[in-house]
This record gives sequence, structure tokens and C-alpha cells, in this order.
Amino acid sequence: MHPARKQRLVLVCLVVLLSSAAIGLVAFALRDNINLFYPPSDVVAGKAPADRSIRLGGMVVEGSIERSDTDLETTFWVTDYAASVAVRYSGILPDLFAEGEGVVAEGTLDEQGVLNATQVLAKHDENYMPPEVAAALEGKAGPPRRPESP
Amino acid sequence: MIPELGHVALIIAFMLAVGLALLPLWGSFSRDTAKMNLAPSLAIGVMLFVTIAFSMLATSFLNDDFTVAVVAANSNSLLPPIFKFSALWGNHEGSLLLWVLILSGWMTAVAFFSRGLPLIMVARVLSVMGMIAVGFLAFSLLTSNPFERLLPNTPMDGNDLNPLLQDPGLIIHPPLLYMGYVGLSVPFAFAIAALLGGRLDASWARWSRPWTNVAWGFLSLGIMLGSWWAYYELGWGGWWFWDPVENASFMPWLMGTALVHSLAVTEKRGVFRSWTVLLAIFAFSLSLLGTFLVRSGVLTSVHAFASDPERGLFILIFLALVVGGSLLLYAMRAPVVASRVTYGPVSRESLLMVNNLVFTVATTVVLLGTLFPLVMDAFSLGKYSVGPPYFNAVFVPLMALVTPFMMVGPLSRWRDDSVRRWVNELLIPALGVAVIAVAAALMSSDRFNIWIALSVLLAGWVTLGVLRDLIRRLLSGGQGKLRWRALSPSFLGMSLAHLGFAAVMLGAVVVTQQNQERDLRMAVGDVEELGGYRFELKRLGQLAGPNYIADQAVFEVSRAGELLTVLVPEKRRYLASGQIMTEAAIDASLWRDLYVALGEPIGKDAWAVRLQYKPMVRFLWLGALLIGLGALVTVFDRRYRAQSRVKATIESGALSVAS
Repeated sequence: MHPARKQRLVLVCLVVLLSSAAIGLVAFALRDNINLFYPPSDVVAGKAPADRSIRLGGMVVEGSIERSDTDLETTFWVTDYAASVAVRYSGILPDLFAEGEGVVAEGTLDEQGVLNATQVLAKHDENYMPPEVAAALEGKAGPPRRPESP
Repeated sequence: MIPELGHVALIIAFMLAVGLALLPLWGSFSRDTAKMNLAPSLAIGVMLFVTIAFSMLATSFLNDDFTVAVVAANSNSLLPPIFKFSALWGNHEGSLLLWVLILSGWMTAVAFFSRGLPLIMVARVLSVMGMIAVGFLAFSLLTSNPFERLLPNTPMDGNDLNPLLQDPGLIIHPPLLYMGYVGLSVPFAFAIAALLGGRLDASWARWSRPWTNVAWGFLSLGIMLGSWWAYYELGWGGWWFWDPVENASFMPWLMGTALVHSLAVTEKRGVFRSWTVLLAIFAFSLSLLGTFLVRSGVLTSVHAFASDPERGLFILIFLALVVGGSLLLYAMRAPVVASRVTYGPVSRESLLMVNNLVFTVATTVVLLGTLFPLVMDAFSLGKYSVGPPYFNAVFVPLMALVTPFMMVGPLSRWRDDSVRRWVNELLIPALGVAVIAVAAALMSSDRFNIWIALSVLLAGWVTLGVLRDLIRRLLSGGQGKLRWRALSPSFLGMSLAHLGFAAVMLGAVVVTQQNQERDLRMAVGDVEELGGYRFELKRLGQLAGPNYIADQAVFEVSRAGELLTVLVPEKRRYLASGQIMTEAAIDASLWRDLYVALGEPIGKDAWAVRLQYKPMVRFLWLGALLIGLGALVTVFDRRYRAQSRVKATIESGALSVAS
């Protein structure tokens, strides 16, 4: 075969092989590893699947955090001011986790509708609200927001 | 007065940049030497005025001028001076100014070091960079003016810098990262200039290559620092999260890796030319995409400063113009510059092509995972998040795939090589490495760990390739004498970077496989064993820092009855913002880190505590450091310095394509 053509053939074969391998990997990995986000109202309405990991976002209900005295288990309620969902988490919570602040919890729902969280994320800075949480709260009546500091 | 001076300086810089974007380019088409000659001075002018603007803002920060909005929002009179300075880029407006400053620095460097290049090339390259500067200066002036005043409602004191950012890591992480990000604009500008001139030859690749290596080296160092900072500052001991913002810096790096290798082929052999141009365009486009992702507030991340959609739109339009414009130019011009050189299927060219394919595919899968949630959200198809399992599943196999080729790469010959020669040179030592890998995996834990075996095997192979090449070069003189002069800076740079890659791979796998972590409640006097180390909580205390108060816990760490070290993790409360921050305590060493962080107080005299034993985690950052330094070392190669000497020949047009 002409060397230039041979060269092109090798290139085409490589590209086809690699890209099909990559597409296979992507499809395989995406199947199990994407999590849908649900606000509490959707969870209470039974729209969230019980057999797979979901992300739940909203505000931590004031006065709802209960810490165990003997181990690291913590429970708290997350609300979008229309409905609330209880979350159970065992481990160290992020620094900015607090009552009345935005939070995203990732985990699976049990039969009682409690989210067993494997990960809890809070905001990274004072004035910043995770976009999912902001969207979940949109249009819902909440306590008056503090005016943004300059 | 000072902020106004800064603002005026920024406007002047903008006007000079407009001049730089238009005049030399116009001159390059009308063959007007006077206009082309303006390029270096205009570039230096932009740099001077941006520097003035930057110093004015820095002065406002250092003088606690809270009438300036960004100072009031991001600084505080109690903040230590060094953090007042770095607070400048701890926010959207200031970091953009830093971006422009670094861009103008790169322009000045090009103006200064490219005196050996044909005037027409210098003029076009600087004009293209001028266009980028126009875009970013307009962005700064129109949507994110750093000099905006808060009058008459001036606050008494500032809001303080986010405590996460009050750290030495943050002082240098953004500038280094930006050096890399923005530095990719230089190969981009060279590519566009070459397309405009229809001249993509080996000398173009030789001019472009040192710039690419330096930018890519800085990008490596910046990413490394970011990872290291996240490790000790975020308080949970992770080193890579596949966070969209990390991906934003990682994608240009992956593309840059392909570009660095592709440029080598183009310089040495004159092939892959249009492909190299495309990579240069993509690498810089991904830098811009990263800026869009980080600055538009579409992402949930540490880096997402509170921001408004107008800014996102501006960058998106700018991105579309740059990508669309350069791809259009590419489509019109690329066929003109196609190459006719051939090479065999078993050759260094083919190996480097494998590198290019793998890294392009890797970039694509990371891009897919990063953009998928945004695209789904934009079309209201639900809110998804794509987490680390996806990225690990697609990325790790790709990297494993490329390593056997990395072993052969340094030894392979251009044009035509034979598999038999590779087998002769490498088979026996490669089998030796396999034996070592199995032994290491058996010894490192109670039972055989296949992942450790694989990582030692692959890292060993990469190291083997480097060593074999080293030996071959040293012995190349014959007569039993070592030829040290054969170790050129390009060779050393490549070897360092490849060894660094091996170290990163090894560190990543070992720390992922053998990391030990425990979250538990500990009271004074409690003892916990982890990874063969004994952690005892001796006492609790308090401490007042310059702008925070902290709870401390004192841990004594011992091994086999012998006291090793005392670790004092803190939980800080920053006074100005009331923000709580975890300050982890780390005992670092080459082979393992011990990591203690405090959670929250539980009951009386007890804390939630996270203990971690992290073997070989330092290999990650040492490896990345080697990669970055390796890239920087290559610049000292003789053939780049020789540029000024060949200047005369190039200008007379007598130089044919050197291969």
C-alpha cells in the first residue's frame, strides 16, 4: 500500500477504536453516576426514586438540628418552605452548615422518607447560595431575606 | 483620588489595546512597516498602564480604602497586610484585573523575546493578543469595574476576605494558574498569525514551542497548588474533587499536553501541522471556557463569587467570537498548509499521535461530564450532577492506556522504527518491573492489591523508558566515556515531566487505595489507633489570632510507644464575618501524611474528630512539581536561543523548511 494511505488507515483505525472505547466508557459511567436534584416538595410528593442516590437541597429548618451525645450522628430537616424532609448524616459536617442556611444533601431515601446522607454540602461563603437551592426556593414564601451586604 | 487614577489608567490601557489590535494587523496586510513597528511599543504601553491600574487597586487595599466597593467587600482593617494584598484577586473584579495584567505581561514578553522573528509575524501575534486584551479590558470596564466607589454610604470597616482564602496558598495559586491560562493565548496568537499568513512551517513551530511549554508548565504548577491548598485548607483531606472549577483548569491542561507533544512533531518533522494549529485554538478556547464557567456563577463552587448573569453573557459572546472566528479562519486557511511528509506506522510520530488522541479524548470526556448538568439545566430537562465516579471511570482507564506508550516513546525513532528493536531494548527490564510491581503489591498490605500492582507496573514502565533513554544518550559517545553533553535541556525537561507523571499516577493510586480515615467522637484522654499510629487527645485550649479566635485540640501522635509529633488542629471563628473555619493539622512526610481535623463540639469536652492516614499523598504534588519544572527547563535548550542568530537568514527568505 502507498505509505501515505497506510498512514491514514492506521490513523482512522486508531481514532475509531479510541472513540468507541471512550463512548462506551462514557455511557457506562453516566448510567450510574448522575444524581438528580430534588427540592423537598418533590420528595414529599413521592416524585423522587427510593432506590438510587439523589440530591436534596433547601434550607436547614431553624431548631431542627439534633446531635447525638455519643457519636457523630446528626439529624436535621431541610425545607423549601412548602415541605420538609428529614436528613440523617453520620460524619463531620461542613463549617458553613447551620440552621437557616442553604444546604445540599446527597444520599438515598429510606421507607420512612428520611434521607440517609452520604455527603452534605454547604455554601462556601456568606453571600453565596448554591444555584439549585436558589431555584428550589424561588417563588416559595420564606422568611424575609437579609439585605445583601455591599 | 487613587482609585480614579487607576480607572483612568485602565481606560488608557484599553485604548492602547484597541490600537494594538488594529494598527499592526492592518500594517501587516498593507506592508506598512511603520504600523507593524508600533506593535512592541503598544504592547509595552498596555502593560505599563495595566500595571498602574493594578498598583492603584493594590494601594487601595493596603490603605483600607473602604470607599472602594471591592475593598469594602473583601478586606478588613484587621487583615494581615499580605492578605490585604492577595485579597485583591480573591474576588471577581480584582482577579479579572490580575488576568489582564498577566496577559499584558505575556505580550511584553513576546515583544521582548521575539526580536529575532520576522516583523510581520511579531506584528500579527501581538495584534491577536491585543484583541484578547481588548475583550478582557472591555469586560473589566463595562461589567466589573474594580474601582467602583461606595459613596456616600461608606462602611466603617470591610466585610473581610473569605477565611478560606486567607492562606499563603491563595497568594500564589491564582497568579500561577493565570500565568498558565493566559499563557496559552501566546500559542493561540502564533497559530492565528500563521493562519493569517498561510505559513505553518517548522520555524513557526519552533517559535511557538517554548511559549507553549512555559504556559503549560505554569498551568501544571497552578493546578498543583490548587490541589494542595484544597487538601490542607478545606479540612477534609481530599486532593481532587472533579469539581467543575477544577475541571475548568484541567481541560486546558489536558489539551495543552496534547499540544506540547504535537508541537514536537511539527517542529521536528513538519507533520501534524493543521492538527497542531487546531489544538492551539482549542487549548486557549478551553481557557476561555474555564473563565466563563468560573466567573458566570453557573456553578456551585468555592470559586464562584456572587455574580450577575450579565457578566456570564459577556464572556459567552466573547468565547463565541474567539472560537467561531478562529475556526472560520482555520476552515478557510488550513488546506493551504497541509503537509506531504510521511512516516511509518511504527515510529515516534505514531506514538505521539497516540498521546494526542488519548489526551483529546480525555479532554472531551471531562468536558462532557462538566457541561452535561449545565446543558440539561439550560433546556429544563432536570437538575443533574455528575460526580467523581463518572470521571474516575472514564479518565483513569485512558491514562492507564497511554502509559505503555510513554515507556517506548523516549526510545523510539522518527520516521521508521521496528517493534523488534523496542522488544530488544525493553522486554527484559519491563518484565523486571512487573516482578517488582507484584512484590510491592504483596508487601504493601495483607492481601494482594491489583490496583497497586498495576500502578507500580505502569509508573515503573514510564520510569524505565526515561532511564533507558538516559543510558543510551550517556553512552552514545562510545569508547566507554559518558557523554554528559548529550543531556540537552529538552531531554532533561521531558524526562522530568515523564517521571513526574509516573509519580502522580503512583501517588494517586496508593493514596486512594490505602487511605485510612475515621470520623469519631473524642474526649480529653481518648486514644485512637489508625494506620499503626496512636493518636491521643491530651487537652483542649483556646487561642486569639489577629482576626480570629480559635478552639484548639492538642493531639500527641506516637508509634510503638515513641512520641512522634504533636498535632494541633484548630476551629477558627473569624471576627469580621463570624465565619467558622477548620484548620487541619498535618504531619507531612514523603511516604505518608497524618491528618487531624476538628468537626464540631459534641456534648461536654468532646469533639467530632477526623483522623486520616494518607500514604504517599506527597507524590502527587511532587510529581506535578516535576511536570511543571520539566516544562520550564526545556526553554533553555540551545536551539531556541539560536533563534536570534538565524534571524538574518529567515528575513532574507533563504531558509527552507528545517526538519
